[in-house]
Amino acid sequence: MPKIKSTARSPHIDMTPMVDLFTLLLTFFLLTATFLPIEPAQITIPSSISEKMTPDNNLITIFISPDAKIFFNFDNGKDTSFHHRANLLKAMGIQYGMTFTPDQLKRFASSGTFGLPMQDVSKWLDMKNPKDGEKMQTGIPMDSLNNQLAWWIRMARTVNNYAEVAIKADGNVEFPLIKKVLDLVQTNGVNRFNFITTYQKEEVGLKDLVQ
Amino acid sequence: MGEIVQEEKRQKGEKKRPRKSGTHIDMTPMVDLMALLLTFFMLTTAFSKPKVMIITMPEKTDKQQDQPKIAATRTLNIILGDSDKVYYFMGVADPNKPLPTLIKTDFSKDGIRKVLLQKNKDLFIKIAEYREARLIGKIAVADTTAESYIKKLKADDNVGPIILIKAVDKAKYKDVVAIVDEMAITNIASYAIVDLSKTEMEMLKLAPR
Repeated sequence: MPKIKSTARSPHIDMTPMVDLFTLLLTFFLLTATFLPIEPAQITIPSSISEKMTPDNNLITIFISPDAKIFFNFDNGKDTSFHHRANLLKAMGIQYGMTFTPDQLKRFASSGTFGLPMQDVSKWLDMKNPKDGEKMQTGIPMDSLNNQLAWWIRMARTVNNYAEVAIKADGNVEFPLIKKVLDLVQTNGVNRFNFITTYQKEEVGLKDLVQ
Repeated sequence: MGEIVQEEKRQKGEKKRPRKSGTHIDMTPMVDLMALLLTFFMLTTAFSKPKVMIITMPEKTDKQQDQPKIAATRTLNIILGDSDKVYYFMGVADPNKPLPTLIKTDFSKDGIRKVLLQKNKDLFIKIAEYREARLIGKIAVADTTAESYIKKLKADDNVGPIILIKAVDKAKYKDVVAIVDEMAITNIASYAIVDLSKTEMEMLKLAPR
């Protein structure tokens, strides 16, 4: 039997299908990548060893910037058909004697973090230019005579009682302010808080024990 | 593909150029870049979610309830000062008795962590051994089972220190987060964030700077 000689040739792999697939996957990930939500202030959060992820929805987030301004965020729940944000604005409107047009409610439902006194909300929602809207965000008042934050939290809990509370505060904020916010939330029946932190691993094992 | 374009040009009768031998475009750099970008996006979208640290505060009741009686020998008070200062003392600060001295420490490995590890040695060893046994595979349980077991170990512990965390008005939020983090690192079973008493404020005036 004649020996079958296999001719040794350098294989020419046609890369086209692989490049096609890569383009597809890349486009998919590029489009599904969510941008970080625009935050009203630059906050440097402290770190901890906790690895638990922030809940995606049913979350009330209270932001505290380094200059002690308080901002608020509330999501629409698992499904936008709940209209939590719109209901929250309506409830706050009733509390402060204001009404909002369907357009304003719609804008509120799709916006993110906000922090401004109740009196300015209507004007803010009507603003065409988002940059001007940013300037209006001076924080939610929390003074004892005009504690609007208390009402925001209370109404948010009424609209969605599954909502958890998360605190995202800058590391250099003085603790008494945080304690005040925590006390406020506790009067609304929430005793479990999620402090948003960055992950920093600390390995402490048996070897670290000085016997 | 480069070859097809060139042939068409020739058929249209445009500028006659010497026919180059088929240009082989080497796709390797492009594929490299795509692989890199792809991996980047796959990993960053997954990791962009911030993490949370769960803190449970004791319930607020309107009536002035007495603090549940806890053994003064097990109580470790940690007072957070301004500019990252940490003080601690054991027991209770009774204004009628001589005040205990505040010991100054810091957030380093040899600071408050060492003190906590010393005081909480038994519980820490139990939990660390359980975790290591799980890591090497000697115990094979689900994550949730392990978590509830560790929770039970903490709940059943009655020899470890009870930490009362207090902060002065100028204390920073990141210090509070750091101390609660130390609680998690050293597996402390029970701790609470409470208010600073007047006696303790007096003690701070005498404390080492």
